Amino acid sequence: MNIQPDKKAIKREFDIVGKRTVRPDGIDKVTGRARFGADMSMPGMLWGLVLRSPHAHARIKRIDTSKAEKLNGVHAIVTAKDFGPCDDSLLDIRENVMARGKALYDGHAVAAVAAVSKSVARQALKLIEVEYKVLPHVTDVDEAMKPDAPVINNKLFTKGLDTTPKKASNIAERFEFGHGDVEKGFAEADLVIERSFKTEATHQGYIEPHACVASMGADGRGEMWVCTQGHFMVRNTCAGLLGIDVSNLRVTASEIGGGFGGKTTVFIEPVALALSLKANRPVKMVMSREEVLRASGPTSSSSIDVKIGMKKDGTITAGDATLRYQGGAFPGSAVPYGAMACFAPYDLKNVRAIGWDVITNRPKQAAYRAPGAPMGAYAIESVIDELCRELKLDPIDVRLKNASSDGSKAAYGPNFGVIGLKATLEAAKKHPHWKAKLKKNQGRGVACGFWFNFGGETSVSLNVNQDGTIGLSVGTPDIGGSRASIGNMAAEELGIPADKVRCIIADTASLGYNDVTDGSRVTFASGMAAIQAARDAIGKLCDRAAKIWGIPVDAVVWEKGYARPASPNAGKHEPLSLADIAAQAGSTGGPISGHCEINAEGAGVSFATHMVDTEVDPETGHVKVLRYTVFQDAGKAVHPSYVEGQFQGGAVQGIGWALNEEYIYGKDGRLQNPGFLDYRIPVCSDLPMIDTVIVEVPNPGHPYGVRGVGETSIVPPLAAISNSVSDAAKVRMTQLPMSPPNVLKALGRI
Amino acid sequence: MVKVQVWGSLKPAIGGEDSVEVEGETINDLLKALAAEYPGMAEAVRRGVSVTVNGEMYANAVMVPVKPDDEVFVLPKLVGG
Repeated sequence: MNIQPDKKAIKREFDIVGKRTVRPDGIDKVTGRARFGADMSMPGMLWGLVLRSPHAHARIKRIDTSKAEKLNGVHAIVTAKDFGPCDDSLLDIRENVMARGKALYDGHAVAAVAAVSKSVARQALKLIEVEYKVLPHVTDVDEAMKPDAPVINNKLFTKGLDTTPKKASNIAERFEFGHGDVEKGFAEADLVIERSFKTEATHQGYIEPHACVASMGADGRGEMWVCTQGHFMVRNTCAGLLGIDVSNLRVTASEIGGGFGGKTTVFIEPVALALSLKANRPVKMVMSREEVLRASGPTSSSSIDVKIGMKKDGTITAGDATLRYQGGAFPGSAVPYGAMACFAPYDLKNVRAIGWDVITNRPKQAAYRAPGAPMGAYAIESVIDELCRELKLDPIDVRLKNASSDGSKAAYGPNFGVIGLKATLEAAKKHPHWKAKLKKNQGRGVACGFWFNFGGETSVSLNVNQDGTIGLSVGTPDIGGSRASIGNMAAEELGIPADKVRCIIADTASLGYNDVTDGSRVTFASGMAAIQAARDAIGKLCDRAAKIWGIPVDAVVWEKGYARPASPNAGKHEPLSLADIAAQAGSTGGPISGHCEINAEGAGVSFATHMVDTEVDPETGHVKVLRYTVFQDAGKAVHPSYVEGQFQGGAVQGIGWALNEEYIYGKDGRLQNPGFLDYRIPVCSDLPMIDTVIVEVPNPGHPYGVRGVGETSIVPPLAAISNSVSDAAKVRMTQLPMSPPNVLKALGRI
Repeated sequence: MVKVQVWGSLKPAIGGEDSVEVEGETINDLLKALAAEYPGMAEAVRRGVSVTVNGEMYANAVMVPVKPDDEVFVLPKLVGG
């Protein structure tokens, strides 16, 4: 079901939407009352720990758990044998959560123990004997594509080619998007630039590691408390992996200390459930930071070639890109989305993007904010910047000249609807940042970015309490302020103060199915469902008012929190507030509630422009970010403070990706920096205040014009920062991260 | 008949063309027809696709109606973070 856009609503003046109301989770979080994944404990609970492969690629010849089983305090041990047949769609997840026959990367789980304490579990892990036959490994995407590379999966035959090859390789699939004739376009250009780029894998860097408690009873019914972006997904996946009826597994999402896409899948959760099933006791598991980095899902590393042609007046005549992403040991990197998104900001007659999905001996990649898009944007926006500099053209003017607009044919195929890219560019051009003076060794860069956004399956229940307050149950974990924005939309629709609505994340037994919190979908989709649930409740409130007044329901209207007679003909009745009607609910027909179950569509794509100033120290190669401004289309900013937070968060994660963060593998294929001392995410002292400009081009697919804002903000930073550093250093940067050694190398200093 | 365009690497599955015309009144009809008429499309449909109708992206809402003059694209199934 798609709720029809309400164009009057989009243009209307809002009472609550757009206001900076007090955040509902603020006190809990600053006082420590909020319950995160690791805060849950239960009587009789055991601790679960995982034994992980020390090898990047190895055949598991034998696992002997007998000594560990005899250790006093050990209640259960599981290996791959404890995960039986499952649906084909879960096979890769099953193998990722517990190695089957081969360890595919450093950190791959091979066994797990549940014991009375962590120390006993740790001792038990040491008693498990695993005999490996170490195999050749490959961790670099370009190396993995070579014909003589070690083949990780001998059943992997490249898809997407004219003919399927007969020889297995590490290349899982080829994707191609585009239209027109790129060669003809290049022939029309006054200048053509070709460049190759590389980016390293980065981690989402959420502060809270994965954590869960699983409790499976002797009656075959279980419960889980999980730090996740999608507890319905956890329920379905765990039930599918262990052969449990979905209704026999109830999952509650904890408060979450960051996800950014990395908690849209499972790692330890099915293991904890399998241990609990075997031990008949609750089992708690909490990943260490080392485990998070070695064995959860980072983003892909990439290798990208770009060729773009431009006329002297700034018209882009053709764009061609080849993107190679490694997604770890399983197919399914985000390369198709990188290839679809990379040229999306531009209305091009001739464009082609080819993507190669490649496997390596690294952990299975997981989504990370606009999966795949930042790397593609980095490469394309870098070449556009270089063309502008070579042709002495203003980079914002060139982007405006070529920008996609309403009705443009997207590089990935369909025509765009109403979009706000030009509005972000115009806002950037007018901003004082653009004209600010720079000093020696300082540079400025701009870049644009795009993300699709989507809606998805969503269920919301809204209960009118007898005192006139509202209990609003949603099924999408709040990873960025969605309880505030959804509650505020319900309050707006009902016409009551925001603090009269309490929005909670209901467990999987209390609400219909909800897709994961991802795709920048929650404020859009759960918000749309909350509006519809509120309208459903308003219909019932009007019905009760009609009964109280003894008039037909169609003679009652709802205005700003009150039922009123629709016209003088309906009789003279004092308006009834929501609280008045709620107080009489029992005597007028029973509890009042509103519901909405939708597959929300109409999310509306999203664009952003980022501008950044940096300073490069030519002696040390250190890059300092001096000033950063984000311009992004939010459609309608329901809670501007949270929207700004999303803009700032994306920019900061992009700064880390651009300047510091990288997975460093040794020649042995083992991760060399599995900790926050050596894998360095930005901290406050690394950053300027990130300035934000909220652009509002309403999305006609949402009743209030909302677009998702959570992901687009990480798409432009890599390119914007690289363009800025290239300006400051007077040399084109083509490799991320731009860490001091890489900058010095680019400067020819080492 | 509705003209359905596919992403580049699916072209071989429909005889090397950018698009193909199939019968159907909903996205579901079109996907079923594609899978039935073009074996190479069957696996893509089974693995999951996203479909745009006049620029509007549908991840799995297959009952959306389509008309002969609609612009329909079959694209890889989207994920998000």
